[in-house]
Parts: sequence; C-alpha cells; structure tokens
Amino acid sequence: MSDVKIKITDRDGVAHEIDAPTDMNMNLMEVVRSYELAPEGTIGICGGMAMCASCQCYIESDHELPKMSDEEEAMLSEAFNVKDNSRLGCQLHITEAMDGLAVELAPEEV
Amino acid sequence: MIETDILIIGAGPTGLFAVFEAGLLKLKCHLIDALPQAGGQCSEIYPKKPIYDIPGFPEVLAGDLVTNLMEQIKPFQPGFTLGERAETIEKLEDGSFIVTTTKGTKHHAPIVAIAGGLGSFEPRKPLLENLNKFEDNGVAYMIKDPGVYRDKKVVIAGGGDSALDWSIFLANVASEVTLVHRRNEFRGALDSVEKVQELKNQGRINLITPAEVIGLHGENSLESVLIRKTTNAIQDITLEVDAFIPLFGLSPKLGPIGDWGLEIDKNAIKVDTFDYQTNISGIYAIGDVNTYPGKLKLILCGFHEATLMCQSAYQKIFPDKKYVMKYTTVGGVNGFDGSRKEAPKAVVKAID
Repeated sequence: MSDVKIKITDRDGVAHEIDAPTDMNMNLMEVVRSYELAPEGTIGICGGMAMCASCQCYIESDHELPKMSDEEEAMLSEAFNVKDNSRLGCQLHITEAMDGLAVELAPEEV
Repeated sequence: MIETDILIIGAGPTGLFAVFEAGLLKLKCHLIDALPQAGGQCSEIYPKKPIYDIPGFPEVLAGDLVTNLMEQIKPFQPGFTLGERAETIEKLEDGSFIVTTTKGTKHHAPIVAIAGGLGSFEPRKPLLENLNKFEDNGVAYMIKDPGVYRDKKVVIAGGGDSALDWSIFLANVASEVTLVHRRNEFRGALDSVEKVQELKNQGRINLITPAEVIGLHGENSLESVLIRKTTNAIQDITLEVDAFIPLFGLSPKLGPIGDWGLEIDKNAIKVDTFDYQTNISGIYAIGDVNTYPGKLKLILCGFHEATLMCQSAYQKIFPDKKYVMKYTTVGGVNGFDGSRKEAPKAVVKAID
C-alpha cells in the first residue's frame, strides 16, 4: 500500500479526508500544500526547515508519531497558539503508520 | 534622491544576481532591503544550511552563496539601502518611478524590479490582547538604542539568540532584567547560554521558566506584566516593569508592496513569463515573490527570471537601440569600477 488516509481539518474548520502517498518522500506540510488546504504563502514558509511555525498542526488521533527533534521542539517553544498536541507538519514524514491520522491546522500567525 | 537604472527591491540571491545581468548591459542597480544585511532568507534564516541545486555547485552553504554573489556583482558597484522597507511607489509622468522607504529615503528609477522573496521580515508579535496599546509605549520588538533601558526594569521574552544576547547586554544597563521563556532549554550559542546561567547565579538576571507573559497592564504606558508559569497556573506573577521586549524572531510579510496596485495571487505577484513584468508597465517581479503557471520557488529559477527581466528592462530604457546578447566568455566583464575580466586569448603559433 502506498497511500494512507489522513483527516485534515483546515483553518476554517472544514475536514478533508485525503490520500497521502508514503512513497513520494513527502511530509505532512507538503501534503497540505499539494491539496491546497491552506493558501500558498501561509504554510511552509521556511520550506520545511523547522524554522517557522506556519505548518503547525494539532494531532487529534492517538497515533504514535516519531519523537520531536531538538529543532522542532525549539521552534514550537517560540511559536504561538501552541498546545500539548502541537507538531510541525514539515517534520512529520508520511509513513504507513500514519494511516487514519487526524490533524487540525493551527491558525495562521498574523 | 538616489538615482539608478534598475531599482531592485529585495537583496536576496535573485536581486543580487540581477545586478550582474544588468551590469553586462551597462545598467546600474540599487537595492533596497528591510534587513540590515544583503542575502535575504539565505543570510537571515539559514546561512549555515547547504543548498544542493545551484548549477555547478554540488553543495554550497546559503551564506557562502551570498558571499559569492556579492563578489560576482562587485564590479558593477550596486548601491544599497539596507534596514529600510520600501513603503510607497509613485509613477511619474515620464513613466519612471519614485520609491520611498520607511525612513523616507527616496529612490528614482525608470525600472523597478521587485525581488522581495516572501516579503519583508517583520518581528513576530505575541498574541496579547492590548499589545497595540503599549507599542512604543513600553513594548518594543527590536532594540534600536539600548540606552533607553538605562536604570529601567525590563522583561525580555524568547528563547533564541537575540533573547539571550540582549538579556546579557541589558544586565549591565537596566536596573532589573527578567527573562521569560516557555521552556527551560534555550536555543542559542553555547557561550550565550552559559553567560546567562552565570548572570542568573549572580542574581543579575531574573530567569522565569517555563513561563509565558500572558497580560500587559498600565494606565497610559506599560506598568506591569502578568507572567504565568506553564507548570502551575496558580503561581501567576505580577511583575512591575517599564519595558517588555518580546524577541520571537522574524517572519516574512508581503507588506506594503501588496498595496501598490499589482495583481496578487496566492500572496505572490502575477507576472507575464515573457519578461516577468507585472500588470504595471516598468515594474517587474522576479524570484519567490512572483507567480505564474508552473512557478517553482527555486533560487536557480530566480536567476533565470532576473536575466530575462534585465533584457526587457534594457529594451524599455533604450527602445531604439539594437542589442544582441553576448557571452561573458566572448565579451568579458567590464566593471563600472574600470576593472575588466576576460578569457585569455588563444595562442596562434606555428609548430615547426
């Protein structure tokens, strides 16, 4: 199987059930962009280097995800609207273990 | 008034390379950038990160790429207005433009090339209810003159280099320095972290972690801040202060360029791929700031766009001149500073 189902709730509260490929070297931020679930220029601003928090999302399902790197933890410690279940989408590589994952995009920082 | 041929807004890699291509056409360039140094994102966000897709460079650090570009364009003597954001644009009757910065510096040019990347970098502001009220009234996002904090009580928030470095610096200036950060760990140069530890041990920096500033209070100017320990909400601390300096880094914003009457789509400026001109004749947009069908935000694409833009700009400035592109290997590079680079001539000699 090369696709997993992910439920992404966009910033307007609309839920999207999408297929994310596991064989395209994509992360969650890129999946959101590929489906245009957030306007270009408001997500993935730093390109996926964990150096902005524009791809912050809240993990709503109880999937076990890879541990945060120091870089991700440091960035989230300076981001806004951070909750206990916050992650940076760009640091979440799509794998088969993510099938059924549910996330909500954090609000855009203004 | 600064006069130039092509006024480039944004001194990132695309803007810098435009200077080179313009220089080959004997066009002078001047660059404006909101950041205090050239290089754009490459210098500001990831100077130590490698880039692998610059043609001819299997691997190059972003910071080194900028250094090389600066070296490459040096013969063309570009002018720079740094640390000022391009604010307004005015089109004169002859079709030329005047661009004025936040500090009032005026630039006049027949061609404007916006190479603004993701926009200008603005301080990230914490989400606090009455933040606006205290801006320039106790709250500052950048320290321009540390002297204003002499003998004042200062609260700094943030966990990166700038929060650490300013806490260290102000410990010698202010009467009281409190550093608030959401975690116990700080991300910064090791000696900065150690220095803050030392100052904390000496009682010269008051460190509150893991905690957040959650409220600002004051009649007309800032008088106190409310700090919440994230581990224990019952421990809220009201701290009397004169100044609150949140240092949460910078984030890019398209900013005033968005109000220049240019066609915008998805936070980017729409251009014609023939020459990367916008809907306003004489204004071009190159690099990450533009959009068109098939757009890729890559440095190498920005270089290409800058090159075609310069050709079109030349035609616009000199509509009657005939011109054909010349390879640098053939024509060499003739700097405005009198320098000349050229390929060594082949030797023509008979062999007996």
